[in-house]
Amino acid sequence: MRDAKLHAGIPIEPVYGPGHLAGVDIERDIGRPGEYPYTRGIHKHMYRDRLWTMRQYIGFGTPAETNARFKYLMAHGQDALNVAFDLPTQLGLDSDDRRAEGEVGRVGMAIDTLADMEEAFGGIPLDRVSVSLTINSMAAPITAMYYAVAEQQGAAAEKVVTTPQNDILKEFVARGTWVYPVDPSLRLVGDLIEYSAKHYPRSNPVSVCGYHIREAGCTTAQEMAYGLAIAAAYIDMMITRGMDVDDFAPRVSFNFTCWGKIFEEVAKFRAGRRLYARMVRERFGARNPRSWMFRSLIGGGGSSFVPQEPENNIVRGAYIALAAALSGAQTMALPTYDEAYTIPSAKAQLIALRTMQICAEESGVTDTADPLGGSYYVEAITTEMERVILEEIAQVDRMGGIVEAVKTGAIQAEVARQAYLFEQKLASGEIKKVGVNWYVGDRPAAADPAVELYRFDQTVADAQVAKLAKVRAQRDNGAVAAALRRLTDAARGTANLMPPILEAVKAYATLGEIAQAMKDVFGEHKEPVKFVR
Amino acid sequence: MKVLIAKPGLDGHDRGAKVVAQALRDAGIEVVYTGLKRTPEEIVNEAVQEDVDVIGLSILSGAHLLLARRVLEGLRGQGADDIRVVVGGIIPPADVEELTKLGVRRVFPMATPLQEIVAAFKDGTIG
Repeated sequence: MRDAKLHAGIPIEPVYGPGHLAGVDIERDIGRPGEYPYTRGIHKHMYRDRLWTMRQYIGFGTPAETNARFKYLMAHGQDALNVAFDLPTQLGLDSDDRRAEGEVGRVGMAIDTLADMEEAFGGIPLDRVSVSLTINSMAAPITAMYYAVAEQQGAAAEKVVTTPQNDILKEFVARGTWVYPVDPSLRLVGDLIEYSAKHYPRSNPVSVCGYHIREAGCTTAQEMAYGLAIAAAYIDMMITRGMDVDDFAPRVSFNFTCWGKIFEEVAKFRAGRRLYARMVRERFGARNPRSWMFRSLIGGGGSSFVPQEPENNIVRGAYIALAAALSGAQTMALPTYDEAYTIPSAKAQLIALRTMQICAEESGVTDTADPLGGSYYVEAITTEMERVILEEIAQVDRMGGIVEAVKTGAIQAEVARQAYLFEQKLASGEIKKVGVNWYVGDRPAAADPAVELYRFDQTVADAQVAKLAKVRAQRDNGAVAAALRRLTDAARGTANLMPPILEAVKAYATLGEIAQAMKDVFGEHKEPVKFVR
Repeated sequence: MKVLIAKPGLDGHDRGAKVVAQALRDAGIEVVYTGLKRTPEEIVNEAVQEDVDVIGLSILSGAHLLLARRVLEGLRGQGADDIRVVVGGIIPPADVEELTKLGVRRVFPMATPLQEIVAAFKDGTIG
């Protein structure tokens, strides 16, 4: 008999039975869907009442091009948007900044001023469509632009549903779009949560991501452990700032990946929901059941897609969709089969959307809530995953807590160590990848030159720079300077920075100017570079 | 052999860079890794100061042609074009050839087996 282990390191028995559920209290630990501790899902009837939201990650080139792709996917049944910004935007650099050269409009759309945001969402009613903004260090100014566009459209604030990612801690661990040092970065996260909770009650002002940390190499259990630790850090911060936990916790959301072993992923989410519910209720004293719910985008997992025989990634995507559905996703997004090569083509985006739709409408996975609930195997490994996640959280505590671990680089080093271990398991064949290290004959297939490649177009960047110059020429520069001065002054104090940011945005200050106005006070983050422990 | 692993430009994905740095170090190669968001000028200066034999650029944003060109120009500008440059990341097949034409010694696109990368540093093919 061959050995089998979960990615979290837990050995898998060849067969499971009632004996493996010793210590599980069915009422207390498993319960019913829609009831505390939500092991089986956060809604009573799950997808019988409401299907998951389909939210592909999109954005490239100019706001006008991105707007056209949004409308294309919405015409094919996508019901919500997930916006990708280019790297200069994510880092608070204007398109005409020297450091932005070669990157304008490349991995997402370029946003320099409110004028770009107006164009990106032209003809898209922001009181009806929900929009995720994948933005972190620049979440406050970009969300301010979004709120300003919604206001221009006449959308009632209580109908605006947006989810700025606004999870800076995971950016320090993985993904890397940090700008300011850790403490002022956290202040900005808190300012956006506080402002949104007061003025935009249906916004989800933070989306806590285990996703990118897993993509950077950590295990399944660490993904959940670090995500829960980060969520706890934000909740703690907001309570310390004087908010009642029930005033913001119902709008905290999550973003996690689910590639790999299907049942392990399901167990990870069941354990995560249970742990989060207990943490928010017992440790933070939340009384509103909505505060206890772990609401998550589940999907993605682009790191599991490969360039060899790229069509096989479509099959991998279908299993990710199945795992996400069985895991109780509120929102789903899939990587595209061409992701290991290029910015996704429209065709690849449509296949990803169709994959989710086939899973939803044809597979029957949505017919009943938590179809795996009560499985000896799934319940047993849910308990095991819970135990390992708690061990990983204790490990973070030993590093001094998640904020300290991020500052010292201890957590980054652990993620890099796990990435290296994973690579060694791929090399040894302990982890199998069909067409890459398994069933390859003499050697894996070469990358497929027939995949349609996204051609970066310099004229796109030139057009963006020209538009920026025009906005700079037409705006009231005195008003911009005054607004930026007020922002810098406010950054020196402790008041919420959203009002002065909004003022600057509405005066058509550029993102780069707004970022710099705060950099003058906050300075920049210095990365603790470590790749071995 | 001494190698500088570098992340030029704005891309924040450092998994591959750190894994390769670790693998090379375990293979007995001296490795320097300088962290995210280095400019081509900084990378060239670091390579010269550290007196490395090879620079490994890790780029996943798609800006590899521009960034590799800037680093190669910078090396030539400092008379340090004996330092070899290799590139890893999300590199479409057509760009492998382009990078080679620019003077990049080897390209390791996404999903290149780690042992293949280490072997290239050990068997003299990078020079």
